[in-house]
Amino acid sequence: MLDADFFRRWMTATAVSVEHEAERLTALDSPIGDADHGSNLQRGFRAVAATLEKDEPGTPGAVLTLAGRQLISTVGGASGPLYGTLLRRTGKALGDAPEVDEREFADALRTGVDAVMQLGGAAPGDKTMIDALVPAVDALGRSFAAARSAAEEGALATTPLQARKGRASYLGERSIGHQDPGATSSALLIAALAETAGE
Amino acid sequence: MSDVVSGVPNRAQDDGGKLVGIVLVSHSAAVAASVAELATGLAGGGAVAPVAPAGGDGDGGLGTDSELISAAAAAVDRGAGVAVLTDLGSAVLTVKALLAEGDELPAGTRLVDAPFVEGAVAAVVTASAGADLAAVEAAAAEAYTYRKV
Repeated sequence: MLDADFFRRWMTATAVSVEHEAERLTALDSPIGDADHGSNLQRGFRAVAATLEKDEPGTPGAVLTLAGRQLISTVGGASGPLYGTLLRRTGKALGDAPEVDEREFADALRTGVDAVMQLGGAAPGDKTMIDALVPAVDALGRSFAAARSAAEEGALATTPLQARKGRASYLGERSIGHQDPGATSSALLIAALAETAGE
Repeated sequence: MSDVVSGVPNRAQDDGGKLVGIVLVSHSAAVAASVAELATGLAGGGAVAPVAPAGGDGDGGLGTDSELISAAAAAVDRGAGVAVLTDLGSAVLTVKALLAEGDELPAGTRLVDAPFVEGAVAAVVTASAGADLAAVEAAAAEAYTYRKV
């Protein structure tokens, strides 16, 4: 069973990972974006970690809802509302249960990913975070480790795609050949999840 | 202007003559403030609907600040609804996410699908004439059909 502490540790592990990888995320965002993805997520997840330490929400749903809300209000780029919606909708789907099992969490995360697709209008293959998150959710039924592999493969597979959403889509064919920064940070989020689960 | 704002605005019926508020969200603080100035300037004499810019990342850079948006919406809310116009990308997504939160924006706040500059002028002119939120939204959206060539 996964309790509030598990989800707090997931968010903290994500914050640590984003700190380590911020430069790489921003570098990926330079040729096809506006070179702020790493610094934006760094600011957002620092605020998430600080807020979770201060408020100590008591349920899995409350942890993710608070984290999502914090991202919406601190990130300042499109990744704020997108990741914020992902975590907030996942958290709301978990309700106020003190513990959830892996299956319930996988279902809730799928609800969150669907909400992101609705918000941004992106579908798989558009070269966005969805290309890492959808395979991750599909694999989460097997294991956290399988979800991590699926997310990483999904992020790598964005390289030959042409962007159809977001600022990168203005570049048309010139977006081909670059790994998508949002899919890359989504893979970090899922890797932090597997790490937290000890897989 | 008559091509941008067509028809006679519906007078708001039940709100005691309160005007719809307009929030202009841009990645750039200067763009949001300038478009607000342009739209209020073109609204002409008489009562002008409350308009607030919410531009930039809050630290002097380009971006979107959800707290600026919430504060702007609260500042222009007179109880007749608030129409929010945005430029692109994170401005659109942030407003949608705030609307989904439920309690971050005043009741009766709507994201209006409209071109930023022309839509802002149409919205402010229409709102200043006392139109209700639906009419303000329709006038702003109609600005998409105003061809220049």
